[in-house]
Amino acid sequence: MNTANVSRRKFLGTSAVLGGGLVVGLILPLRGALAKTAAADAKPVQANAWVRIAPDNTITLICHRNEMGQDVHTSLALLIAEELEVDVDKVRIEQAPVDPVYVNALLGAQITGGSTSVRDAWIKLREAGATARTQLVAAAANEWKVPAADCVAKDGTVSHGNKRKTYGELAAAAAKLSAPAKVVLKKPADFTQIGKHQHRLDTPAKTLGKAIFGIDVTQPGMVYATLEQCPVIGGKVASVDDARAKAMPGVRAVVNIGEGVAVIADHYWNAKKAREALAITWDYGPGAGLDNAKIEATLKEGARQDGAVIRKNGDVAAALKTATKKLHAEYRLQLLAHATLEPMNCLALVSDKGCDIWASTQFPQGAQGIAAARSGVEAARVRIWPQFIGGGFGRRLDVDFIGQAAAIAKAVPGTPVKLIWTREDDTRNDFYRPASYNTLSGGLDAKGNLVAFDYKFASASVTNRMFPGVTKNGLDPLMTEGAIDLTYDIPNEMLRVVIQEFGLRVGYWRSVSHPLNAFPIESFIDELAHAAGKDPVAFRLALLGKQPRQRAVLERAAKEANWGQKLGAGKAQGVASMESYGTHQALVADISRTASGAIRIDKLTYAVDPGIAVHPDQVIAQIQGGAVSGLINALTAKITLKDGRVQQSNFHNYQLPRMNQMPKIDVVLMPSGDDPGGMGEVGVPLVAPAIANAVFALTGQRVRTLPLADAKLSFA
Amino acid sequence: MATLDINGKVVDVEAAPDTPLLWVLRDHLGMTGTKFGCGMALCGACTVYLDGAPARSCTTPLSALAGKKITTIEGLGGKVAGAVQAAWERIDVPQCGYCQSGQVLAATALLTSNPKPSDADIDTAMSGNLCRCGTYQRIRAAIHDAAKSLEA
Repeated sequence: MNTANVSRRKFLGTSAVLGGGLVVGLILPLRGALAKTAAADAKPVQANAWVRIAPDNTITLICHRNEMGQDVHTSLALLIAEELEVDVDKVRIEQAPVDPVYVNALLGAQITGGSTSVRDAWIKLREAGATARTQLVAAAANEWKVPAADCVAKDGTVSHGNKRKTYGELAAAAAKLSAPAKVVLKKPADFTQIGKHQHRLDTPAKTLGKAIFGIDVTQPGMVYATLEQCPVIGGKVASVDDARAKAMPGVRAVVNIGEGVAVIADHYWNAKKAREALAITWDYGPGAGLDNAKIEATLKEGARQDGAVIRKNGDVAAALKTATKKLHAEYRLQLLAHATLEPMNCLALVSDKGCDIWASTQFPQGAQGIAAARSGVEAARVRIWPQFIGGGFGRRLDVDFIGQAAAIAKAVPGTPVKLIWTREDDTRNDFYRPASYNTLSGGLDAKGNLVAFDYKFASASVTNRMFPGVTKNGLDPLMTEGAIDLTYDIPNEMLRVVIQEFGLRVGYWRSVSHPLNAFPIESFIDELAHAAGKDPVAFRLALLGKQPRQRAVLERAAKEANWGQKLGAGKAQGVASMESYGTHQALVADISRTASGAIRIDKLTYAVDPGIAVHPDQVIAQIQGGAVSGLINALTAKITLKDGRVQQSNFHNYQLPRMNQMPKIDVVLMPSGDDPGGMGEVGVPLVAPAIANAVFALTGQRVRTLPLADAKLSFA
Repeated sequence: MATLDINGKVVDVEAAPDTPLLWVLRDHLGMTGTKFGCGMALCGACTVYLDGAPARSCTTPLSALAGKKITTIEGLGGKVAGAVQAAWERIDVPQCGYCQSGQVLAATALLTSNPKPSDADIDTAMSGNLCRCGTYQRIRAAIHDAAKSLEA
């Protein structure tokens, strides 16, 4: 079912982003520069927005998506290389500036997120490669006065009989030809690079410590800034006594930017120490009284409202009335921080030339808008220089820290200022994965068939904050994912969502609403299977009659994990299954109880059908990595508030999985079809329900809250 | 002024004595391969060697470094390090890559003291190094792979 994808496609396409408050005056700072490059024959030639060819035959991909580990640099280079007929390892990567040509058509803005990079580029970049190749061939054919159809493009050269020229030699002449109106793309059967094993282009730099992340960028004369922010998110500076801080070594300036007070100093450590000497009086604002009990009460109240219908079939109320067996359950999920290993940071320079921003960001277009708004420089003169991202997970879709750096740099014109948050700043000033309250009712007939399913999901909307106007009739398309695409065929069903704000800013966290919906739904399906006296895999397969791809991954995951085998004492398995981002997957979790009574996650066995896997080894890497995000959601991590203050601060009290806690992760890829599904977030959502279902099988305890540790479980 | 021995070179640094080595490297010396993750010796992104043993540069002040030989990712070399980095490339370990300088140093230290580590040895040696992307399985495989290549 592709309903979710359709809604994604419509999502921001109506220019809601451009009309919203976030992006101010979209401009093309480099379009002129690109055109100039194309005109100069002696220099590298810009074949189109993505491909540049140098006289020495160096091929450069102007990569319009940002690399945060998800492999866009290599995966997108593969799309170009396949059609251009060059080896992907000959392609160099340059990060694209902000320009409308680079807008993500699936999201309506220049954004790296939503597992859309390959899907959005699938036709676009192959056409860019084919267009450039066609022009290079035409240039050679013109010069040799032979039909273009008789020329062969291969390995970065065009040849005809004994004649041979490199792309570099042909690029200037090719650039003078008009682009072909239409190009024919290769058939998947003819791919020589897509779908084959390749090494990542960025592995050597990242292995040698040479990759430059946002935090690593330097500029001549650069100074550092630290920022003391209000301990209650949303609060403001009432007054500041900065006399002591200003007298400390190396301090250049103290700047009140509203949400906090920044110290600018010659070195980071001086800026950090002087920050500790600030005496600030805060206006804490309306968030000062917030705590977890209040958030949960608000969400529970939300779950009592009718909400908006995500999808509906038959008459669920009537079917529940006449069902032989009825179940009702309520589930809760916690707040989560993103905890990227590279803390938020940004280097900003405000000068008579405008504003320059060097940053790790998933949203260069948003970065340009906020930097313009906070520096006072018109957007046309704000240049964004995106860098390698030391972990995104959705955190770097928000551009708050970029706006802060611009506001601070404005105070010292002509001096580049690098703002670096501490880990504590990062943990306490996140846009948190929202908490949720989910209610479910199900009805079984006399034979144990699922005949009624009533689901309601209450949570806060990230989209309403970031992209106002996108939510229509109570339906935020990034809250319905994981429910609207339910694969089960149930005669009477109603799935609803309630947007219930609870007073804390929330953000997109890898896989967004999929885990918020999948944990309750896939756990409850397990409850229903047990209530029906049926095997959880068989119970699901019976509901997948119209879903051959989903059936296939579920059957395969069960087979690979030896589902149904006799396990030893203290061991159990749990299963979960769903479609997300156009990719089908099923997961079996193997768990065991240790001598001390803790639960160990031994193995996660995934079967995944991503359509075409463009870079199969990195599709597997994304599942392996997604599993770790899934474990963060499932096991122990949570953000809590007391008096409006986030209580966690660093990795001792917001714990991430470590090497010694890692399960073995087996991934079976089952590519089908001719188009790629999304991959960056797929590995996340099924981890929690598969483990919770295994915990039930092991202990008889049905856990309906995340993290699972809240149910007095400990994990080894 | 402090005088440091970094990657075999003598370097003079003008910084407050309580400045952590991490910021001496990154800020004063422009050596950005060593990363800032937590500032509390909890994540391992800032791993360097002091006299050949892994240490957390984010909590090691400049004042504690007199007479110590400091090795960073920029100066890492030798047969074991080469084998580790080659295995990292064969297996394509990194995702975002931010933790990988620290992972490579920790893995090299492990294989230097224990040429054939078991999975339990890897758990012990590597659990101080967080990887938020979740490259743990490939790190484990690459350590075994590097061990094998050193045996040959």
